[in-house]
Amino acid sequence: MNQYINRKYVIVGIFSLVVLIFISRLFYLQVIDQSSKLLASNNVLRHVSKYPARGLVFDRNQKLLVYNEAAYDLMIIPNQLSEFDTLEMCEMLNLTKEQVIQRLSKAKAYSYYKPSIFEKLISARTYAPLQEKLYMYKGFFTQTRTLRRYPQKIAANVLGYVSEVDGKITKEKGYYKLGDYIGAKGVEKSYEKVLRGKKGVEIFMVDVHNRIKGRYKNGKYDTAAIHGGNITLTIDAELQIYAENLMQNKIGSIVAIEPSTGEILALVSSPSYNPELLVGRVRSKNYLELQKDTLKPLFDRPLMARYPPGSTFKTVNALIGLQEEIVHTWTRFPCVHGYVSGRFRMGCHPHKSNLDLIKSIQNSCNSYYAHLFRNLLDHPKYGSFENGFETWRKHVLSFGFGKRLGVDLPNEKQGYIPTINRYNRIYGEGRIKSLNIVSMAIGQGELLMTPVQMANMAATICNKGYYFTPHIIKELPQAFNDLKMPLTVKRYSDIDSVHFNPVIEGMYLAVNGLDGGTARNAAVKGLDICGKTGTAQNPGKDHSIFIAFAPKNTPKIAIAVYVENGGYGATWAAPIASLLIEKHLSDTITRKYLENHVLKGDLIHVIKK
Amino acid sequence: MSLKNNNIWSDIDWPTIGIYFLLVALGWFNIYSAVYNEDQHEVFSFASRYGRQLIWIGASFVIILITLILDSKFYSAFSFPIYSVVILLLLAVLIFGVRVNGAKSWFVIGAIRIQPAEFAKFATSLALAKYLSQYNFKPEKIKFFLGFCLITFLPAVLILMQNDTGSALVFIIFFLVFFREGMPSVYLLVGFLAVTLFILSLLYEIPVVIIVLEFFGLLSFYLLRRELKWTFNAAIVIVVLNVIAWQISVRLFPELSLTYPLLVSLALSVLWYLTKIYKHKLKESYLLITILFASLMFTYSVDYVFNNVLDDHQQRRINHLLGIESDPYGAGYNVNQSKIAIGSGGAYGKGYLQGTQTKFKFVPEQSTDFIFCTVGEEWGFVGTSVVLLLFLLLMIRLVFLAERQKSVYSRVFGYAVTCIIFFHVAINVGMTIGLAPVIGIPLPFFSYGGSSLWGFTFLLFIFLKLDTNRNELVN
Repeated sequence: MNQYINRKYVIVGIFSLVVLIFISRLFYLQVIDQSSKLLASNNVLRHVSKYPARGLVFDRNQKLLVYNEAAYDLMIIPNQLSEFDTLEMCEMLNLTKEQVIQRLSKAKAYSYYKPSIFEKLISARTYAPLQEKLYMYKGFFTQTRTLRRYPQKIAANVLGYVSEVDGKITKEKGYYKLGDYIGAKGVEKSYEKVLRGKKGVEIFMVDVHNRIKGRYKNGKYDTAAIHGGNITLTIDAELQIYAENLMQNKIGSIVAIEPSTGEILALVSSPSYNPELLVGRVRSKNYLELQKDTLKPLFDRPLMARYPPGSTFKTVNALIGLQEEIVHTWTRFPCVHGYVSGRFRMGCHPHKSNLDLIKSIQNSCNSYYAHLFRNLLDHPKYGSFENGFETWRKHVLSFGFGKRLGVDLPNEKQGYIPTINRYNRIYGEGRIKSLNIVSMAIGQGELLMTPVQMANMAATICNKGYYFTPHIIKELPQAFNDLKMPLTVKRYSDIDSVHFNPVIEGMYLAVNGLDGGTARNAAVKGLDICGKTGTAQNPGKDHSIFIAFAPKNTPKIAIAVYVENGGYGATWAAPIASLLIEKHLSDTITRKYLENHVLKGDLIHVIKK
Repeated sequence: MSLKNNNIWSDIDWPTIGIYFLLVALGWFNIYSAVYNEDQHEVFSFASRYGRQLIWIGASFVIILITLILDSKFYSAFSFPIYSVVILLLLAVLIFGVRVNGAKSWFVIGAIRIQPAEFAKFATSLALAKYLSQYNFKPEKIKFFLGFCLITFLPAVLILMQNDTGSALVFIIFFLVFFREGMPSVYLLVGFLAVTLFILSLLYEIPVVIIVLEFFGLLSFYLLRRELKWTFNAAIVIVVLNVIAWQISVRLFPELSLTYPLLVSLALSVLWYLTKIYKHKLKESYLLITILFASLMFTYSVDYVFNNVLDDHQQRRINHLLGIESDPYGAGYNVNQSKIAIGSGGAYGKGYLQGTQTKFKFVPEQSTDFIFCTVGEEWGFVGTSVVLLLFLLLMIRLVFLAERQKSVYSRVFGYAVTCIIFFHVAINVGMTIGLAPVIGIPLPFFSYGGSSLWGFTFLLFIFLKLDTNRNELVN
């Protein structure tokens, strides 16, 4: 009857085989393969950033320069939308109907379930009426952000701005997610880590439709946002405002440094812009406009513009000459309304002839420095021209020229001190003669410097040989103090301190000399200002340059003023520097006529003609 | 005679009942977890699925009592009437039924929904038991095979018309019951060949399948006759003809599919083989050639059915299963999420009610078809193995019970019950771990749903009732 009874083994065998296959597969899925555990937590957890407010920025007198104002992103979740009054929304947000429709479809294209930004950084004023009506707009909600505000509206180039991160930054720096903001210029960039604080995170559990179902482990792993650290700048807001006012309608830079510390008191780039222009919803539109401006208000001149230093550089050549014993304080050179060698002639302005070193600075004699420079380069003790040139170059570099000083602001430029190789390329190997480059004796030729390097030159001279890296930061939160370390190191030039006295004396006389000086109009009684004018030749009208420090014996401020196409150094740069020194040292302006003259001075609209 | 031993409680198979209650209880706890929500957790709320499932479980006690009280002879006597009623119900549901999830297979009476397809399984089992246990049954006769097919496929086709593919496919497993009762093994082998060809023809282009078939044809010929020289000659003929036909088609009809020259050359070589077969009287080689052509036709029809009959989503699901298409958010979404849920359970699971994947509805249908995910996520590998071994234990126990029946009727019904449970477990668990296509059929005793639970309870306890009369002839 039961001839097929053995088939029960086949059937039980099939059952067992299938169960065995399943158990092996489950063993692989559950015990060996770990990837699904990771996938599972990505599936179910949503990390929501809590944005911290950025740190505040103060000036050296604790005057507030940058603070935050609450702003609101209007967020949208398309699948929760119901009908709403489009017209009312257009009015509240100042949008056109087309814009609203376009943003709706953009949000839907991104995701129906995930929130995206409908309108970003709505100001508090716009937000107030919106908030009252928001309950009628299903699917919309707001998230709190902050906007930067600038009570003083000054020093845009120093303070910089923040901008939204792009895909490149999010890839390079793991901290940032799309929609975050990052310091893009100025101290916002260089002290980004201090100012940004630390984002917090709230972890929610979401279901497959991305709906929040509660806090993950009751918020055990949530972190609070940590407010950004406040920073104090070395800027003196009052001096900065005054300096910016003096520079109005002029193109150029002012850098004022406290020589005993390297702290930057004022850093002016002119023309500048109102920092509030680059905040919030209007940022991108305004940025484009500023970028198109032919006067380049976004260009940070004090750190990025490279100019010839002109006659201000004679101070450095004098110091090198003294150090190398090419000249002594008593050494005199003739001046025949200029310097003549063979058929070469370099002009000079009228002054008494046969000046000594101090008088050569006082009167800015071109001929003196042509002699000095050529005697140095061709001196037999170096054996060759190359060695002479290298000796000179080494001294120049020790002042911090030709390299970044290390200012704690982004985008500082190096300037340029030519190398012998460059001349070999121009003139042919070993064919270069000292006469070919004699214009560098008076700060012309290939030499290029940034205004901050020129101010640092003044600081080094009044410190008699050393400087601190010019910097903008005065106080940081405790945890970041090591950022200040490189700024507190004394850096020495390789000129002996004794050699500075005659140069300082010459600079004092240039301003205060009773028998005349190139910058007599910069003198202020009792302030003992020392200065050196410069007039840099360039394809357009000469640039007006002045470096100075005061008081002579206990210097409190060193300054460089560079006015593009301003003519002689004494025309614009010297009066501006003098007014600023007076403002800084005595806090009053005695020479109202000079102040008025400078304030009214308009070089931009002259150029435009 | 049947009243001699009246005490049903001493004759009934308690181990099976134990496993049954264990599975039902485990099922309920997992349904509770799958729909568990921290905001509302009244256990006895009729509004929640676990609350309703408790009511279904309570009602199954009534079903158990009824099935056990009824005399075994009742089932035997009323096998065909019950079958006919169910067939009528299946017809009625096509007209009066309500569409749920795309399948028009539900009657709705007030708050209760009933799916007659669940009852078709035990009705068909009864009918088959009656049919296969008849006195003059000869399994090898084609008449009985056709009768078997009629009883099996009539409800299957009706269910298929309700658009409930999953429930219809279950009926295939009755071939295994027939196999135990003496179905010629060649049918099982043909079935196996068909499945293999089905997968091959979906995975590869038809020309490749033709060449593979040619190769296996030659191999079978060699295994049958052990004539190396003849096999070698046959191989030379077919390869040469293939290459010539291929070259001609490439040069003269470059836009033509490679299938046609291959078929033409195959036909030519088969003509030559036939003359040789006739000459040397190689009888069994006729069968070989018949199978070869049958396989070819089958490959073509698979291709045709797949491209012209199956819906897009069915095509995609099959493609996904075979690894042809990878689309974790489309057709493969369910399986992908279910694999993640099961895998994330690890060796020991996340703990009861601690599952995140199933609870937050990443896995669809998690209290019905994908209940195994909850087991996998919360109880880990330990839980899944224990559940699978429990099912295996149940099936082996049922085979043991079936084999101890004196009457063929009871044995056939026992095998039917066992095979239905097996098919459900194999497909349901298989689809959650990506080893079977996603066809929505429930896990017996586990999945949420009254119809499913009652259907399996009926099946199991009718057999247990028959088992109490194992030493008698009930047919």
